Amino acid sequence: MKQILEGSHAVAEATRLCRPEVIAAYPITPQTHIVEALAQMVADCRLQSEYICVESEFSALSACLGASAAGSRTYSATTSQGLALMFEVCFNVAGMRLPIVMTIANRALSAPLSIWNDQQDSIALRDSGWIQLYAEDNQEALDLHILAYRVCEDHDILLPAFVCFDGFILTHTYEPVDMPTQEEVDAYLPAFNPYQKLDAKDPISFGMYATPDYYLEFRYENQRAMLRTKEAIRKYGALFGEQFGRDYSGLVEGYKLEDAEVAIIAMGSICGTVKDAIDEMRADGKKVGLLKIRCYRPFPDEEIAAALSHIKTVAVLDKNISLGSKGAVALEVKDALYGSSIDVYDYILGLGGRDIRKKDIKAIVDLAEKGSGDMFYGLREELL
Amino acid sequence: MVDKTLELFECGHRACGGCGASSAVRMILKGAGEDTIVVSPTGCLEVFSTPYPETAWKVPWIHSLFENASAVASGIEASLKRQGRKEKVVVIGGDGATVDIGMLCLSGAFERNHDITYICYDNEAYMNTGIQRSGATPFDASTTTSPAGSCSMGNKHQKKDIPAILAAHGAPYVATATMAYPTDLMKKVETAVNTPGACYIQVHAPCCTGWGFDGSKTIEVGKLAVETGLWVNYEMIDGVVKKAKKVKRKPVEDYLSVQKRFRHLFKPQKNDEEIAKVQAIADRNAEKFGIDL
Ligand SMILES: Cc1ncc(C[n+]2csc(CCOP(=O)(O)OP(=O)(O)O)c2C)c(N)n1
Ligand code: SF4
Ligand SMILES: [Mg+2]
Repeated sequence: MKQILEGSHAVAEATRLCRPEVIAAYPITPQTHIVEALAQMVADCRLQSEYICVESEFSALSACLGASAAGSRTYSATTSQGLALMFEVCFNVAGMRLPIVMTIANRALSAPLSIWNDQQDSIALRDSGWIQLYAEDNQEALDLHILAYRVCEDHDILLPAFVCFDGFILTHTYEPVDMPTQEEVDAYLPAFNPYQKLDAKDPISFGMYATPDYYLEFRYENQRAMLRTKEAIRKYGALFGEQFGRDYSGLVEGYKLEDAEVAIIAMGSICGTVKDAIDEMRADGKKVGLLKIRCYRPFPDEEIAAALSHIKTVAVLDKNISLGSKGAVALEVKDALYGSSIDVYDYILGLGGRDIRKKDIKAIVDLAEKGSGDMFYGLREELL
Repeated sequence: MVDKTLELFECGHRACGGCGASSAVRMILKGAGEDTIVVSPTGCLEVFSTPYPETAWKVPWIHSLFENASAVASGIEASLKRQGRKEKVVVIGGDGATVDIGMLCLSGAFERNHDITYICYDNEAYMNTGIQRSGATPFDASTTTSPAGSCSMGNKHQKKDIPAILAAHGAPYVATATMAYPTDLMKKVETAVNTPGACYIQVHAPCCTGWGFDGSKTIEVGKLAVETGLWVNYEMIDGVVKKAKKVKRKPVEDYLSVQKRFRHLFKPQKNDEEIAKVQAIADRNAEKFGIDL
């Protein structure tokens, strides 16, 4: 059913439809509307769930860890400082192979304090072993939650996932969304069937310590599960398409790429602006296309190489910076295209909520065509 | 009544011979019974009981991090409630994990009053990382981060009073115990796990390696702590101290002199002034809890 909803409420409704049995979260802007909406659903008995009002994000994810290990489907949501506070638990959840799904309402990290959007928070956790999905709009944000539970809980995967959508730009924006019914979601997403759980009838030990004789293999298994996730997304993304009419089988998605000479690579809500800019550039005779990265972890290296084989120039839009190096997305795109003759340029932009308009996208394409890149875009020189 | 003949904590683990914590855990599980899920933070217990692929635990057990056991237990309890399951959730953690780094999660779990039992095995320092001081290290104890030296008498602070702090959270049952009195310990654990809400027990657990005494003397050292009044065994029901174990008190010297962590109070010469300060702590305990026979 089509509804006009705020992004946060669309995500909260999608979460409700996934029937999480335990929710633990701590409020932080711009994630608050999601957890408030879920609390109200529990208060109104629209959602049968244990909602734990924890005293910190650190406890939120720790409580989810315990609940997941005890055999419940669990959910949390956070952003920025909250995610940074969860850092240690994030690695732990992934290492313990607990399929927790967590919404990230992407926001910049302090200092200086900023409540506005960029993607530094989830990018900083790129090595933690969580699947990372990025939504372009609220419909995609809603859908990716349902997909994420399906993928994560597959016994061949058993990994946690971030579903990332841009703070304020999406969380606080009203858009029409097609909200599936409970019956439709139930048909797609079976009840949680834990691979192992804490159970007095069948006692096992979770989270033991490993000597150097064992640790390496644990990490290797984590990596293998991550790589298997590509196939799981293709499978369950296609199934999603069959059942809901929106196909998510691609880890990346092209827009007007077929005959493009310049390709822009981006993640999240900026893709909408990029598409509009591309339409205008094409009307002016410029052959520009977009490759949207929907799944950043596992990184779609082969998919990117395949999609860009005919491209001359690539401009990567990075809403993050790996300080002392480059934008995290560009670094990996360069790795994926290593050995090709494609020129890849990196643009660090939009940090701390700086607005990116169509004319900025056009200016970046001009820069890339001139061979100018690997730079912060849009700096106010007068402040430096 | 649980079957106290069940051994739910297997032998063959890697604790030091004479480890007070390991026998405490054995008794704790006898008191809790087999329908128990245990959560342990990082520390000696976690390391000596679960070197992958071996485990000493015959009940379900989970370790996550050093400072989040109470939050993990909160999540487990919520999950069991949702599933209609009846297992008891028991945290068994060291003093560092409890009174220092885990305070935030501990306070949150007790404020929310989850139906869990939190048991701190108190060996009065961070033993796993090499005997550094914690908020539970007693006054004047020498540790590797509060060493005695020519201008230091060891740890400057007194033990943080976590039982009182948790009682102030409204905990229905708070108790102290020691592995040196196993029957009392088991009884208290049984009471705690059968009391709805968040309950707390702090268990004195002498550490031969960290305190510096022979591993055959663990029970003796544990008893001396109680007999000198430096450790008081009591129960607090709804915040009010009920039974405190009465003793015919011995001088604190009897306890201090058998442990290397207090050696600087006796060598190169006996420091009566400093020992008197420790005696004053025992005297205050005796008065506060009315333990003198
Ligand atoms: C966040 C974090 N900081 C520090 C450590 C290192 N560390 C591991 S166990 C431990 C001390 C444990 O002390 P306690 O809780 O008293 O248990 P014990 O080893 O004495 O039994 C420390 C400092 C850690 N694992 N995690
Ligand atoms: S160091 Fe102490 S607490 Fe740790 S195993 Fe040895 S005796 Fe037990
Ligand atoms: Mg300790």
